[in-house]
Amino acid sequence: MAGKVIVLTSGKGGVGKTTSAAAFAAGLALRGHRTVVIDFDVGLRNLDLIMGCERRVVFDFINVINGDAKLNQALIKDKRNDNLFIFPTSQTRDKDALKRDGVERVLEELKDSFDYIVCDSPAGIEHGALTAMYFADSAIIVTNPEVSSVRDSDRIIGLLASKSRRAEFNLEPVGVHLLLARYSPERVRKGEMLTIEDVKEILSIPLLGVVPESESVLRASNTGTPVVFDEESPAGRAYHDAVARFLGEQREMRFLQPERRSFFRALFGRA
Amino acid sequence: MRLLNLLFPERRTSAVIARERLKIVLAHERASREAPDFLPVLQKELLDVIGRYVEIRSDMIRVNLGRSGDTSLLEINVEIDGAGVKPTKNGAAGDGRATTRIEPGAAPWVRPS
Repeated sequence: MAGKVIVLTSGKGGVGKTTSAAAFAAGLALRGHRTVVIDFDVGLRNLDLIMGCERRVVFDFINVINGDAKLNQALIKDKRNDNLFIFPTSQTRDKDALKRDGVERVLEELKDSFDYIVCDSPAGIEHGALTAMYFADSAIIVTNPEVSSVRDSDRIIGLLASKSRRAEFNLEPVGVHLLLARYSPERVRKGEMLTIEDVKEILSIPLLGVVPESESVLRASNTGTPVVFDEESPAGRAYHDAVARFLGEQREMRFLQPERRSFFRALFGRA
Repeated sequence: MRLLNLLFPERRTSAVIARERLKIVLAHERASREAPDFLPVLQKELLDVIGRYVEIRSDMIRVNLGRSGDTSLLEINVEIDGAGVKPTKNGAAGDGRATTRIEPGAAPWVRPS
């Protein structure tokens, strides 16, 4: 098996990287692919909470890199899906502990037993974020329809094209995809939010999915359940669609229209 | 048509403003990102040299490396204030003409020490 490394990155913080990494990894696992999701945010561990396995963390990424623990001692098997594993990061040690050759060794080992290795990048463009993107085969740029997020995404796309391993060794470039998160059709209709077309045009990378702003995302993080496990959630279904597109399926974009207004509100104009 | 535009101006929503601002800032940032590493240093040194003779701000000089076909083109644009060359404080304006040709040797508006 030769697993593919996918990084979820954004530059800007708080745009939904960890939520998206958890949802995307769970989505891949639900479709039968053996998937591990790795937290690269050393010192600010949060993937474990979002995945609901915070009380099962014994060893972490840094322990494995330093040879203090074996990979199978650190990997946490998800209780909801047999194909899904969580690889938590260290909460205490300093971020420079993420040595590039150590990371490479661990990723190569993971490639032998997983189809997909999903890397949850920290925010910023410092060591942790650069290490998370360096070994990527594909990158999913998580962007919010908001000026600072779009600008930082553009910066990250530039870094992927110049600072990744694929760029340094003149290999086929990292496959870059746009995941537009926290999209609000209602605000777009009012002219208060950049449209999908605006963001696509500005960043000029292919659109993998649009995740609508949804209350279910906070509910999911409250309970430590990746949002794709919520069948009712529009955000969860949008992530399922994005995973399907990533795997090569053609799917229409959904949840792009404001929720239908009631008959009376339609009759009496804007409320 | 003009009258119509006046009566019903195109809605300049905040999203439209966001799009325009992003396009401008990213065009600028992408250009500087793709430039070779020495360009900022070259730009700074040129600024220092020119600044010895005329008042110049850092945003008045642009150094770009372009490409057309097989040739690379190093393009240096120096913008001078609309009123003409303003000598630096310790220089003098020479003959006071609005534009000044740079002669070989010492610049004409530099007072001999």
